[in-house]
Amino acid sequence: MSESRIAAASSLGVVATLRRGVQISPQITDGLWLTLAFAVVAAGGRVVVPVAVQRTIDDGILASQGPDAGRVALFTVLAAGAIVVAGLCSAMVNVRMFRSTEAGLAALRVRAFRHVHDLSTLSQGTERRGALVSRVTSDVDTISLFVQSGGIMLLVSSLQVLVATALMAVYSWQLTIVVWLCFVPLFLVLRRAQRHVNAAYTTVRARIGAMLGAISEAVVGAETVRAYGVARRTRRRVDASIEATRSSQARAQVLVASVFSGGVLVANLVLAVVVVVGTLLGVGGGLTAGQVVAFLFLVQLFTGPVQMATEILNELQNAVAGWRRVLAVVETPLDVVDAPDGVVSPRGPAAVSLRGVRYAYPDGPEVLHGIDLDLPARTKVAVVGRTGSGKTTIAKLVTRLMDPTEGRVLLDGVDLRDVRLESLRRRVVLVPQEGFLLDATVGENVAYGLREPAAGGAADAAEQVAAAVDALGLADWVADLPAGLDTPVGQRGEALSAGERQLVAIARAYIAEPDLLVLDEATSAVDPATEVRIARALDSLTSGRSTLTIAHRLSTAEASDLVVVVDDGHVAEVGTHTELVAAGGVYARMHASWVAQTR
Amino acid sequence: MTAGPADATLTGSRLRRSATLMWRGMRSEPRLYVLAVAASALFGAATVAVSRAVGWATDAVVVPAIGGDADARARIWQAGLVLAAVAVTLAVSVAGRRIWAGLGFAAIQAHHRRGVTRQYLRLPMSWHRAHPTGQLLSNASADVEAATGVFNPLPFALGVVVMIGVATAMLLAIDVWLAAAALVVIPAAVVVNVVFQRYMTPAATRAQQLRAEVADVAHESFEGALLVKSLGTADREEARFADRADALRAANVRVGVVRAFFDPAIELLPSLGTLVVLGVGAWRASTGAVDTGDVVTAAYLLTVMAVPVRAFGWVLGELPRALVGYERISRVLDARGELPVGDAALPRAGAGLAVRLAGVGVDVPASGRTATLLDDVDLEVAPGSTVAVVGATGAGKTTLVSLLARLSDPTRGRVLLDGVDVRDLAAGEIPAQVALVAQQTFVFEDTVRANVTLADPDGGTGPGDGAGDGAGASAARVPTDDEVWAALRVARVDDVVRALPGGLDAPLGERGANLSGGQRQRLAIARALVRRPRLLVLDDATSAVDPRVESEILAELRSARTAGDARSTTVVMVAYRMSSVSLADAVVHLGSGRVVDVGTHAELLDRDPGYRALATAYEQETARRERELADERAAGEDVPTPWDATAGATEEEAR
Repeated sequence: MSESRIAAASSLGVVATLRRGVQISPQITDGLWLTLAFAVVAAGGRVVVPVAVQRTIDDGILASQGPDAGRVALFTVLAAGAIVVAGLCSAMVNVRMFRSTEAGLAALRVRAFRHVHDLSTLSQGTERRGALVSRVTSDVDTISLFVQSGGIMLLVSSLQVLVATALMAVYSWQLTIVVWLCFVPLFLVLRRAQRHVNAAYTTVRARIGAMLGAISEAVVGAETVRAYGVARRTRRRVDASIEATRSSQARAQVLVASVFSGGVLVANLVLAVVVVVGTLLGVGGGLTAGQVVAFLFLVQLFTGPVQMATEILNELQNAVAGWRRVLAVVETPLDVVDAPDGVVSPRGPAAVSLRGVRYAYPDGPEVLHGIDLDLPARTKVAVVGRTGSGKTTIAKLVTRLMDPTEGRVLLDGVDLRDVRLESLRRRVVLVPQEGFLLDATVGENVAYGLREPAAGGAADAAEQVAAAVDALGLADWVADLPAGLDTPVGQRGEALSAGERQLVAIARAYIAEPDLLVLDEATSAVDPATEVRIARALDSLTSGRSTLTIAHRLSTAEASDLVVVVDDGHVAEVGTHTELVAAGGVYARMHASWVAQTR
Repeated sequence: MTAGPADATLTGSRLRRSATLMWRGMRSEPRLYVLAVAASALFGAATVAVSRAVGWATDAVVVPAIGGDADARARIWQAGLVLAAVAVTLAVSVAGRRIWAGLGFAAIQAHHRRGVTRQYLRLPMSWHRAHPTGQLLSNASADVEAATGVFNPLPFALGVVVMIGVATAMLLAIDVWLAAAALVVIPAAVVVNVVFQRYMTPAATRAQQLRAEVADVAHESFEGALLVKSLGTADREEARFADRADALRAANVRVGVVRAFFDPAIELLPSLGTLVVLGVGAWRASTGAVDTGDVVTAAYLLTVMAVPVRAFGWVLGELPRALVGYERISRVLDARGELPVGDAALPRAGAGLAVRLAGVGVDVPASGRTATLLDDVDLEVAPGSTVAVVGATGAGKTTLVSLLARLSDPTRGRVLLDGVDVRDLAAGEIPAQVALVAQQTFVFEDTVRANVTLADPDGGTGPGDGAGDGAGASAARVPTDDEVWAALRVARVDDVVRALPGGLDAPLGERGANLSGGQRQRLAIARALVRRPRLLVLDDATSAVDPRVESEILAELRSARTAGDARSTTVVMVAYRMSSVSLADAVVHLGSGRVVDVGTHAELLDRDPGYRALATAYEQETARRERELADERAAGEDVPTPWDATAGATEEEAR
């Protein structure tokens, strides 16, 4: 099942990455032709100065009848007009490129974000959450940064080289060839060097990812770090990752600097070549002095982009690396697929069946060995069993957080894989042991479960939340909170105790009005009196609904219509509480020891 | 090194803050920046030399040679060599500048990151709770990058100052008018930059803020991925994210548009300057004041200066972002509130700690008013005894026990360990004496062994090492593997570990994702036990553990004491299971932040009705249900089978 993992980066080459990237974010190429037209004009503006220099020298200063300042003034005014127009075109290129790429990148961000949510919990679990966040933030930022700082320059620069070459050829094709012969080897060397630079930047990015992981431990694990006085150990780990990042950055920088200065060397040696060869050609009568000097200026137009290109290509590598990492997310196959032609499961009492269900976690041993089970509609079912017996796996399969490796899970007789996920999630809601709370108020967290949040406005939502809290018998608890329903829960709900977080999670699921409520030890941290109150409230309120409760407090099993005992991946016993106690099997023993604990 | 928090926040005018920001950064890596700036200065001089060499070659070689001067023809190769020599100098200076600037940049980033993370480790829990994780991570990544972006082009820009100085001197030596024509570009560039800054600063601030918001939304949403999935709210999450992503897009475009006009404008200046030079040069040449080569020198200089002068633009362009980023970092660096420590020490071995709470109250700010979580708590726990804290969900149990590990200090009253106020204890004393197992276990991405010992493998053992953070001093001795196994066995998690590939060396994934909730809790208990604390605080630390296993663990903790072990530990535990509670020597019943009653389980059952309701909830519920069933039977109804159970139950409830 290794395909369910999120790859560190897509394996596409540079061109393929760009092509795939543009394919996913077509907005990037919106209006590209007009942008290119502006870019051509902008690039044309770059050769105005060399031409002006040539005319000034040949027709102005070295004019046969002596220096002619008036003529030069005319050239310069015309040239100034031309470069201002070119400058405006350049601005237009920038604006248009920013608009289109940012639109494309925003779409890419959202698409990758959505894909992460569409991945199964298993795939999500293979990647650090912090690293996933960086795929939709800093990795996309890298691309944006490249466009802003380098991409446009790359475009204008390549055109500039073309225009400069054309003008050079008008002056002297021989000297143009000489100049090209100097730059071609440089290009070849740069291409090779680029590979090393590329590898160096890949290392930098990987180290930054690891560093953020280490830093997040210091932040998320803040309480443990304090309770155990392990600040120094944590600091050492964080420092090591920071240093690893720094040294990889340094290495990359040395490499890039060497490559770049090699470019500078060649570009300036070309000046010497032009002076020598150009003058020799001039002596032979092929070039005027003004044209030789103009060549020196044109070579600058040429060398600028080549030098810059090494730089920009580095940034391009960075951007491509970032792009690959985002694409890897988007292209991770979904292992819990929403069938495109799936059926919409109609609301109403929900019956669930498991037929020969087996499950093995990726690269792990099988944890369910052929489960057959019928959970009739309108029934309260309790699943009990020892830790590690496979109870939670059943809950995850019934809610289709994952699919069985073998066998089928049926909702009202339809295989879950054939049910549209949206309708499944509407009908079946899971409350896990550690329910995640948003950094908002208690009321807002409960309201998150409302199916049509915008339906009746905030006031209506608040009313429904209050009604749910009352119905679940939690009004007293809410009244004791510092600010009632308006009490902020803190990040991940840390301002509340584990039991309180569970209360919020249950109210949130309750308000979502599912047909089947799956509670996976959802009241494990709640005090007995409150738990009993909630259980009774759910009893009276879930009429017409089914509940599937994974529990190790057998009070839940006592109150259920049906008890399923799971042992080592098999169903050991099924029956009512009374029947199973009378049968004197596994359940009877579990119950006896439970009674002993509670009395 | 900023060992202790210094005032990082920049003050004064924008100019002053910018200058301080750059100066502080360079001063933190003096050697690298002296080298980088020196190389850059050499680069500046070499650039001017290129233009002079080109001008000289024009006058002394190109024009006369093409004009027919034989001497000049002989000098063609000489001109080539001079230009080649300048080229080599230039390339070497560029390499030096970039390497040292790059090293400095990376070093400053690392410096900021260390500073920020040290604060994360130093600041109290109250501070952490007030700051979203996404924001703190962004402080260490995006904000550090923003704050340091300016250091990449900075040495370059400083070298350009040298270049301008040399160029000015050279041009003035040629001709005042020509110099004036060439140098008019510089004040013009300053004006363009000032205008740019005015537009760029707010745009950059907003983009940076939105980047953090996008990260916040992504972080929370991904952390809550299971919730999103189980409620099927991916559409809603997508809309929430798309809204922020679109705001960021608009902000980035705004930044882009400002840049879009600035970049061509700043590029235009040298070109226009060149044209002015040509015009003025032609006039000066016509009066015989200058030669063609002089005009070429001045014009060429502007051409080669075009890119370097933009280094100012890069610095100025990065500055607004840098100031914003640095300001966000400074807020972390300057945050105060570290819990003050004293210098009292407690014996490390011996009997359990005596714990006393005297008039303890805890208030927290809540929506503009003050909420009282604990009030008037007086409590005494005898050394070596086991005390259970019982109360309804939300009664303040966690707040109470977290005071014992000094995760925070009470608003009123005192917490005393062995009679010493926790605020008077030296740094590292409490972690050495007290082990707290929280409701939620944090697992480090490390091996099982490292997660249990939490030892610092490279840690210096010398006293005073890392005294600044105060919390490391307790790492006195790394437990042996035997001790680790013993702790794992007491916590009933040794079999789990033995089954892992690698045993103690098995890596635990991020947040211990490859363990179940109960296994993580038991691992956390082992982590506490291996430290042989004198006070063990269990905050509902076995909620996900099988009841039987829980009883076994608690019984084992107790047997150590009944066996007369001299190291008997004081245990304070938050618990719900009566089997666990009845093992306690005393029970504290907490209600709405106050102590309702203290006594043995039996005593409280006898005299505290609230406690009785809590403790016998299951029994009463069972009895109620049995009564109902009996009533149903009496009424002649069938006992409902599961298959049609709800029909009966609904009627029952409806009555």
